[in-house]
Amino acid sequence: MGGYSLSDLWSIVVMQGFSGLSLFSVLLLMALGLAIIFGQMGVINMAHGEFMTIGAYMIYFCSRIVAKYMPGFMPYYFVFAIVVAFVVAFAVGYFVEFLLIRHLYKRPLDTLLATWGLSLIMQQVFRSLFGAREVSPQLPDWLMGAWKATDTIDIPLNGLFVMALSILVTSGVFLFLYRSSWGLKVRATTQNRVMAGAVGINTRLVDRLTFALGCGIAGVAGAAFTTIGSTGPTSGSLYIVDTFLVVAFGGAGSLLGTIFSAFSIAQVQSLLTFFLTNAMGKVTTLLAVIVILMLRPEGLRPNKVRK
Amino acid sequence: MSDAIFSVSGLNSGYGQSQVLHSLEFSVANREIVAVMGRNGMGKTTLFKTLMGILPGMGGSVRVGEQELVGMETPQRVRSGIAYVPQGRMIFSNMTVLENIQTGLPASAQGIVPEELYALFPVLFDMRGRKGGNLSGGQQQQLAIARALATNPKVLLLDEPTEGIQPSIIKELARTLREIVKLRDLAIVVSEQVLSFTLDAADRFFVIDKGRFVYENVRANVDAQVISGYLSI
Repeated sequence: MGGYSLSDLWSIVVMQGFSGLSLFSVLLLMALGLAIIFGQMGVINMAHGEFMTIGAYMIYFCSRIVAKYMPGFMPYYFVFAIVVAFVVAFAVGYFVEFLLIRHLYKRPLDTLLATWGLSLIMQQVFRSLFGAREVSPQLPDWLMGAWKATDTIDIPLNGLFVMALSILVTSGVFLFLYRSSWGLKVRATTQNRVMAGAVGINTRLVDRLTFALGCGIAGVAGAAFTTIGSTGPTSGSLYIVDTFLVVAFGGAGSLLGTIFSAFSIAQVQSLLTFFLTNAMGKVTTLLAVIVILMLRPEGLRPNKVRK
Repeated sequence: MSDAIFSVSGLNSGYGQSQVLHSLEFSVANREIVAVMGRNGMGKTTLFKTLMGILPGMGGSVRVGEQELVGMETPQRVRSGIAYVPQGRMIFSNMTVLENIQTGLPASAQGIVPEELYALFPVLFDMRGRKGGNLSGGQQQQLAIARALATNPKVLLLDEPTEGIQPSIIKELARTLREIVKLRDLAIVVSEQVLSFTLDAADRFFVIDKGRFVYENVRANVDAQVISGYLSI
């Protein structure tokens, strides 16, 4: 590491560590929705990225509306826009499940193709509605800038915000799945649909709400995304591979595994991309994930019970 | 029987083009245990799946009290008072024992398991924090029964409950079933191949062969020889 002094190295470790943490938050937010839809329900939703894009466009849409009609509200709109992003993505997910997914539950390959087609349709809808050019919402001032911890360490505020948001959403999902009676029904249905019906659970409704919830969380992820990058019709599809990687690495069906996996992938990638090139960092991370998955095919934290 | 709590008539069912059940007729009185005996492949599981609405059925009538179940979806049938312990038990293996029981509870129970369920199955109380999948076969069978009882059924269906369970526990299971009908207002229909178990547990016997009932008798008059004749290959 020639050329760097010890205190430089420390600052690098802290800042890259933090950028790893905010990458972790983004990955976690994106993967949570998929962990529910793919991990819990077993549906391969190739349009998951587009649900993120819906969330991102909702933030842009809200920022335009607020800037035009109530500029005084500008500093606060972002929080409400996140709720809008969730609700819209949830609603679209609800209808997609009703129209498409529920007919394909026992046909994974068909689901993959159908949702891929859906993602193409959605991308074109975005292009027609919002244009092909990338857009960025006007962010409130409190999301800009950085917190100067020391002379050499800058911690960006948007990163902190995304981190707080992902902690909030993750705890919400945990409470929902493991502490509420709806969560109980969701877990029972995803483990054994026929048996869940035979203990009186309305499995169709559970499926629909679970899918919609996963889409809603993707919408929140997209919303968080606007603080970091701009939004275009195909933005979501860029992240779908990373998202599946996180869920598969963590072990499908395990939310804790998803968290561990997002954390390790993000930290390794962030530190490596600083010292190596961007591409080399990604390749090294991917290789490491593949090797680990070869050794542990069920992911980091598989569910251990008697079969 | 006029005071029947559960009555089935003209029930046909099958898979696709092939009909498996041929106009089955039977009824069960409250607090009665009825055994449906038969070899593998004679239609026991098909019968239960049809009663639960898991298989669509090909006509006939299934009533709990006055309520007609045919045409209902499975969860609706459960709410009308029919509960199911499937073959192989089908515990939610990644969920704890407590959560497994809670899946069966109606919303009004607010997740609180009735004392009497734990009184019937003390081992489930001791193991309530364990994952269902890590219980032994016999314990899983108790859990599956407790989960079904949690729905407050009027009719309890058990599909081959002794399968894969050691003999000493089978004796206990027969006793448990008798205790359940003593404690609760319900009827039990149990399918079996193990005659010693049903001779301990059941009040009335049917033998199913190629989708038809070929023998019926009450416990006092039952001829074990005849039934085992149907059961042996």
